[in-house]
Amino acid sequence: MSFPWAEHYTPKHPLMKWVDDRLPLPRFVYNAVGAGYPVPRNLNYFWNFGVLSGAALIVQIITGIILAMHYAASSGVAFESVEHIMRDVNGGWLLRYAHSNGASFFFIVVYIHIFRGLFYSSYKAPREMVWLLGVVIFLLMMATAFMGYVLPWGQMSYWGAQVITGLFSAIPLVGEPIHTWLLGGFAPGNAALNRFFSLHYLLPFVIAAVIILHIWALHIPGSSNPTGVEVKGPQDTVPFHPYYTAKDGFGLGVFLVLYCAVLFFAPNWLGHPDNYIPANPMATPAHIVPEWYFWPFYAILRAFTFDFFFVPAKLLGVFAMFASILLLFVLPWLDTSPVRSGSYRPLFKKFFWLLVVDVLILGYCGGAPAAEPFVMISQIAAAYYFAHFLIILPIVSRIERPLPLPNSITESVLGHEPAGVAAKPAIAAE
Amino acid sequence: MVRLLAALVGIFFAGMLLYSFATGAVAYISQPPQPTAEHEFHEHPRQVAWSFDGPLGHYDRQQVQRGFQVFKEVCSACHSLRLVAFRDLQGIGYNEAEVKAIAKGWAIKAPDVDPKTGEPTTRPAVPADFFPKPFANDVAARAANNNAIPPDLSLMTKARHDGSNYVYSLLTGYQSQPAELLKKFPDTKTPSGLHYNPYFANLNLAMPPPLTSTGQVTYGPGQPKPTVDQMAQDVAAFLTWTAEPKMETRKSSGIAVLLFLLVATVLTYMSYQSIWADKKH
Repeated sequence: MSFPWAEHYTPKHPLMKWVDDRLPLPRFVYNAVGAGYPVPRNLNYFWNFGVLSGAALIVQIITGIILAMHYAASSGVAFESVEHIMRDVNGGWLLRYAHSNGASFFFIVVYIHIFRGLFYSSYKAPREMVWLLGVVIFLLMMATAFMGYVLPWGQMSYWGAQVITGLFSAIPLVGEPIHTWLLGGFAPGNAALNRFFSLHYLLPFVIAAVIILHIWALHIPGSSNPTGVEVKGPQDTVPFHPYYTAKDGFGLGVFLVLYCAVLFFAPNWLGHPDNYIPANPMATPAHIVPEWYFWPFYAILRAFTFDFFFVPAKLLGVFAMFASILLLFVLPWLDTSPVRSGSYRPLFKKFFWLLVVDVLILGYCGGAPAAEPFVMISQIAAAYYFAHFLIILPIVSRIERPLPLPNSITESVLGHEPAGVAAKPAIAAE
Repeated sequence: MVRLLAALVGIFFAGMLLYSFATGAVAYISQPPQPTAEHEFHEHPRQVAWSFDGPLGHYDRQQVQRGFQVFKEVCSACHSLRLVAFRDLQGIGYNEAEVKAIAKGWAIKAPDVDPKTGEPTTRPAVPADFFPKPFANDVAARAANNNAIPPDLSLMTKARHDGSNYVYSLLTGYQSQPAELLKKFPDTKTPSGLHYNPYFANLNLAMPPPLTSTGQVTYGPGQPKPTVDQMAQDVAAFLTWTAEPKMETRKSSGIAVLLFLLVATVLTYMSYQSIWADKKH
């Protein structure tokens, strides 16, 4: 056990003792999110976003299950069934807007969660597995969100499905047959809509399962913290409950206020008007754009404009788009700096903020029409994106002189070592 | 090894992108993109102060009813409203008897099947019916409208950017093609059968100006003068309601939800502070 000072579960009520002896579920909950999980005392508000992502998933699953009771996954009536939900189902407008905006807010909190991990190098040993599972969750989320956006069967649903599944046809030789096989036809149709619905219902539960692994892997070494210095003893931690349940409760309140402000007062703000036009295979929209949370990756896809010998530009764009996410899998081995927290890495910090701006620029270009100057801007921004992770980060780790680290979490909080800690070094060594 | 491979991949992608950028930039400078008539002469919708703007906005029942009258007497000759049922009109202040009368008197009869012969037939609409379509199918709609299908209007204000203002601006935006446009883009003369309108995406619209003169629709006593501008605003308000009939419920429940959440958030903040009071962090 990583935390020798962690409190062990002792059932107070005879009934709980009876249950715990037969099925140690109370013990499990106690160690996962109760007083049995010691957490660094110095976490800042950026550590709220893991819990917020979980809350967003729960909102999506609950609203989604009820929406599925009223939705009809058939290309002839899908659009009308969504409007039936909006107009004639009791509270249907609330469910549908909660679900469509919930997807956006899920991505907002997950993006903040990911960038928190990037800044504080949460991916470094011993938490590589937490990071790898997180990237898997992100990929599953993207697949789920893409298929969910197809379900209303509006113009953007249809043409988005056409463009994204069309990426597979860029694969040489076998691309076309794979494309046809995936869609169950030559273009998105009833077969594609049905399988997208089926997978859209399945994948959130896969995400929930991977989240369990993600949290399990996190609980082996315990949470990281803003100093990046490992926990050295009980004085560095507080029990998850009530300390972080209370702080997460407040974070959840702020999240819900912002989410509900958009949901109730600007529910179509993050959507595209064209998706209120029924899907029409005969009329291509002037600008086909995915949902906002895909824009940075869409910009990378479109940034490749010429062929590399026998590899067509479209295929290069597809490779690059997938590579831009898959490279996160090797990140723990690219950043070799022994210091975790960006706060103590002056050079890394500058490049980190450059990356944030770069991804925002990519996002803007991805949402803009595929015309100049946006293509040129996205080419520069995409070049930096790859250079940042694959070239700059390993070099920075090597040449950078980090600032001096505090000796412990407690020292960083109090400004001095607490009295009596030096007397019992055995705890740190255990 | 991992870092070496990563660097190679990075150099490849970044190099390809910078090369693409260089060739693109050369092309951009040597052949700058030509401006188009759509780009230069398309206008954003003019802004109207609507009663339904803002977090406390609500539909002006009188205005939406006038808009319904404009839809009934002008738009419905060509445009369908397939997602709205007559019963929904109770939402804009008509009572049950009035809705019944409106449905019964609707110029287009509801399609049905003759209960004796099974032959397709029509009958007067009832409140449960959706607004009957003016054309039997798309082919008939094209044939009657110079090969352009009049789009369904149920969701029109949500299917366009800034939809309510867009509908209003489009209806009042018909004009003759500016001389400046023809001077700059001599090839873009509005084809015969189309109508110039700077609020329409490609500037030339198949729909002839539907609202042409004051008094085209006769409003009841106590209502404003039915100018083209007034009728356009009224019908845009009606179509905002058809696209978002639950807006008033949404906004009023939103206020209650936000008030509740704000209080709850203050309470959670206070409990957070009190629980952490003895822990410096």
